[in-house]
Amino acid sequence: MILWFTVVQIVVAAAAGLFCVALGLIGRRPSDLSVGALAVVEALLITQVVVAIIGPLAGNPPTGDLLEFWVYLVSAVLLPAGAVLWALMERSRWSTVILGVAALAIAIMLWRMHAIWTIQIA
Amino acid sequence: MSTTVPAPRMTGVGRVLVIVYAVMALAATGRSVVQIIRRFDEAPLAYSLSAVAAVVYVLATLALVLAGRSGWYTVAWVAIVFELTGVLVVGLLSLALPTLFQHETVWSLFGIGYLFVPLVLPLFGIWWLWTHRPAIAPQSAGVTA
Repeated sequence: MILWFTVVQIVVAAAAGLFCVALGLIGRRPSDLSVGALAVVEALLITQVVVAIIGPLAGNPPTGDLLEFWVYLVSAVLLPAGAVLWALMERSRWSTVILGVAALAIAIMLWRMHAIWTIQIA
Repeated sequence: MSTTVPAPRMTGVGRVLVIVYAVMALAATGRSVVQIIRRFDEAPLAYSLSAVAAVVYVLATLALVLAGRSGWYTVAWVAIVFELTGVLVVGLLSLALPTLFQHETVWSLFGIGYLFVPLVLPLFGIWWLWTHRPAIAPQSAGVTA
């Protein structure tokens, strides 16, 4: 993982999360804006997958447990898609909140992934 | 919820409950799988507990989605009460006997590693189940939040 990229992802995911939760609580249904925010988070996560594959080959190996890292990353990649599907089955304000919850969970997971990559000793 | 719907879908705020349970299920299962593969012999009790917790979260998520049917409604109650009991008991034990719980589980220290979501979530789950009984009689107690 690359620190600045992790920071960008966490900021984007946290912002998307708070944004969607706030939108939902004021009664907005899912829109291009809220679903789009999650799409951006997903795109960044896919980029993160590429970064994580290339990293060890480019002199940036993880210090921590690679299995644990990839379990987190795969889970994180699946989460926006799953959340969007679950949220859009019913287009209510709570659906927007659900998108936010997923984005916030991803922000936390990214922080954990970075800790596994750079701090944890396998 | 309309009484004419035999198995009402999860609606409203209940769907938020489901997604949080789903995230916990994902997190607990992922953690448990890694712990068991990597270092089961280090703490078989703690990691078996992790596995049980993961199963309970998966079951709770599934049961909540299907809680409109009375069989699954019961399963949801069982899973969520088990979860609440687990987080309280393991939480207390991890405080009182920390040496037994050197190795992190989802429920250690009342779920502090998960921002206390494991502690708060079952309370929300119990509230939801209490106020959303499946419609089995003409008068429905179900409320779409």
